[in-house]
Amino acid sequence: MTKSPVLILGARSDIGKATAHAFAALGHPVQLAARNADTLKADQSDMVLRHNVAVSLHEFDVLDLATHAAFVDGLPEMPDVAICVVGLMGEQSQNEQDLDAAVRVMRSNYEGPAHILAEFANRFEVRGSGTLVGVSSVAGERGRATNYVYGSAKAGFSAFLSGLRNRLAGKGVHVVTVLPGFVETKMTEGMDLPAPLTTTPDHVAQALVDAVERKVNIIYIKRTWRYIMMIIRAIPESIFKTRKI
Amino acid sequence: MILSGWGRYPVLDAAVHAPRSFAELREDVRAAQSVIARGNGRAYGDSAINTAATIKTQHLNRMLAFDPDIGQLIAEPGVLLGDIIAAFLSRGWFLAVAPGTKFVSLGGAIAADVHGKNHHKDGSFRTCVDWVDVMDAQGAVTRCSALENPVLFDHTLGGMGLTGVITRAAIRLRPVESAWMVQTTQPAANLEAAMDLFEANPDASYSVAWIDCLATGSTKGRSLVTLGEHARLTDLPEDRARAAFDVPDNRTWAVPFDAPGFALNKVTARAFNALYYRRGSRKSGQQITNWDSFFFPLDAILHWNRIYGRKGFAQFQCVLPLAASYAGLSALLSAISKAEVGAFLAVLKRFGPQTSAFSFPMEGYTLALDFPVNARTLRLLSELDRITLDHGGRFYLAKDARMSADVFAASDKRIEAFRAERQGNGWQNSFASAQSRRLNL
Ligand SMILES: Cc1cc2nc3c(=O)[nH]c(=O)nc-3n(C[C@H](O)[C@H](O)[C@H](O)COP(=O)(O)OP(=O)(O)OC[C@H]3O[C@@H](n4cnc5c(N)ncnc54)[C@H](O)[C@@H]3O)c2cc1C
Ligand SMILES: NC(=O)c1ccc[n+]([C@@H]2O[C@H](COP(=O)([O-])OP(=O)(O)OC[C@H]3O[C@@H](n4cnc5c(N)ncnc54)[C@H](OP(=O)(O)O)[C@@H]3O)[C@@H](O)[C@H]2O)c1
Repeated sequence: MTKSPVLILGARSDIGKATAHAFAALGHPVQLAARNADTLKADQSDMVLRHNVAVSLHEFDVLDLATHAAFVDGLPEMPDVAICVVGLMGEQSQNEQDLDAAVRVMRSNYEGPAHILAEFANRFEVRGSGTLVGVSSVAGERGRATNYVYGSAKAGFSAFLSGLRNRLAGKGVHVVTVLPGFVETKMTEGMDLPAPLTTTPDHVAQALVDAVERKVNIIYIKRTWRYIMMIIRAIPESIFKTRKI
Repeated sequence: MILSGWGRYPVLDAAVHAPRSFAELREDVRAAQSVIARGNGRAYGDSAINTAATIKTQHLNRMLAFDPDIGQLIAEPGVLLGDIIAAFLSRGWFLAVAPGTKFVSLGGAIAADVHGKNHHKDGSFRTCVDWVDVMDAQGAVTRCSALENPVLFDHTLGGMGLTGVITRAAIRLRPVESAWMVQTTQPAANLEAAMDLFEANPDASYSVAWIDCLATGSTKGRSLVTLGEHARLTDLPEDRARAAFDVPDNRTWAVPFDAPGFALNKVTARAFNALYYRRGSRKSGQQITNWDSFFFPLDAILHWNRIYGRKGFAQFQCVLPLAASYAGLSALLSAISKAEVGAFLAVLKRFGPQTSAFSFPMEGYTLALDFPVNARTLRLLSELDRITLDHGGRFYLAKDARMSADVFAASDKRIEAFRAERQGNGWQNSFASAQSRRLNL
């Protein structure tokens, strides 16, 4: 039996690649979408050789909203699962002073990902099937001085996903929100991450695949993050604002 | 970043880069004064550490092309040998040469010119390498093979990363009919009997012996000699032959934390050895076993290096020329059992002929064993060095963490030529490891 195709938006990211491998290993054809997609040729042949599935490359810029509808319609086959891994952390200190940079972070983590998933949501709704996955972040659970520009955009994206899930629940379309804590990737390279709270792209990918298969709504990656964020959300604002967290 | 090899000794603080593309790799190589490539860190000591710049190939791990007509795979250096098996065994292909662990990168296998249980018949890893792309200090890449740029090829295979960074290679896989092995284990009462078994079975595809290096007297060198063949369809029961590449998943488990230092002392090691020998003797005879347990029995215990505790352990591996093998092995075993340091694993293997600029193997016998690191074993290791030198043997750099430059220089006539080649080609200043500095390469 041929399995249904899976689309990865932001396929060059470490988490995106690991996710593509995880689905391909189960026999799903994968569509890799990214900026400068032709630089993913080596990954394409790698996935074909390792997993014996069809792999296609698609040019995609999450900020170029005007192209999104054509991008979706241009896919060789409508995917069953569309996963948005795109994200941009930026430098908080830069984001504070350079508001254009801040807006770019906001658009890359919220406006763009929400816009492309909305395109898929409408088509999946008509079709009456499909799964949408958004990779957001625990940073969106509460704004903190150290990364609130990124965090606020992720908060918006998480809220968007939860609304989408609510809207499509009766329509055969499932929505998964992925909330990683710390992951060893290009984004966090060189940062001093606490080992017990840090995970690998492969773990994120396995959890994501599992959530899609079992139709889980929201997953924290590393379960401790769920409790950490519960505590962080519970701290009264009057105390929270004076602390470095 | 804190780095060490598989033996967890020595431990060094190094600047580490992990490029995600060829362009990033080139930048990293050009930016640093000197670099060393690092694959999956399975060399035991300091071969893959340069404190100024260690370049990990973990993200350069893509398989690029496969030609089923000739079984040729083209891949990036960070691909693990285990990944190659995972991708190709079900299609009827296996590695032509497999070292004792599958968690080795392609680049590491080439740089150490690794050997497997089939060295006596098929030679070292180089025999399956069609060509290698090597990046120099300026970031330029040269393709080399036995015919094209043969000097670079001959020195890169076995050159321990000291000729440049391997960026790509083409290797040949071997066709197999199944994922199973036909294995015959025979006990040998002493060293002489073990060597006789090797000499009597030159046609066995694979041969290796586990050797009890604590037995003394008439049982000195008692061993379990294992011979193996890839199972053909006709070797398998019908139900297995119908799905010849389906093997049940090997159960693996991890050693979760550092065992206390006393877990592996003289007494436990002796008991372990005696038990293993007795159990093996009882089970001797022919068996069908899956590829993973045959080639990579240690891989079933992830992170087994932690059982030696925090101080780490050292491995000793030498090869002795054929004519001096019996006398040399005999002397090595005597020294080991006398020192009572609790060697855990010892492996004996017959090598076939080999010609190469700097690779480890030569025709004769190789002995490999592990020791927990402490003052006593370090003394013993120096004694083993001396015995090896006295018998015209040499040492495996992939296993070394502590040898002195003098011992190394005395062990191998090829060192001068290798050093000269490094100077002449500008490799010496650009590619260096903690080991190459220690050994003055
Ligand atoms: C349990 C165990 C069993 C083993 N059994 C065997 C055996 O049976 N036979 C055998 O031959 N060896 C054996 N080894 C040793 C192992 O095969 C070698 O040390 C091998 O080189 C490890 O590969 P790696 O990818 O981990 O490389 P590393 O340990 O990271 O590096 C090893 C060397 O390769 C060089 N290197 C790595 N990648 C590149 C690259 N891209 N370009 C240039 N140089 C590079 C490094 O500079 C270094 O000198 C064993 C090791 C272990 C832990
Ligand atoms: N790493 C963590 O600790 C962590 C924690 C929580 C959440 N996350 C989230 O996980 C996701 C994956 O991140 P990562 O850690 O793997 O880091 P990453 O490698 O930086 O991934 C981000 C990806 O987004 C892509 N992207 C950025 N802007 C884009 C645009 N305009 N159009 C198309 N693609 C664009 C990037 O593409 P290019 O390759 O072309 O630059 C990159 O591949 C992100 O959403 C991130 O926020 C990560």
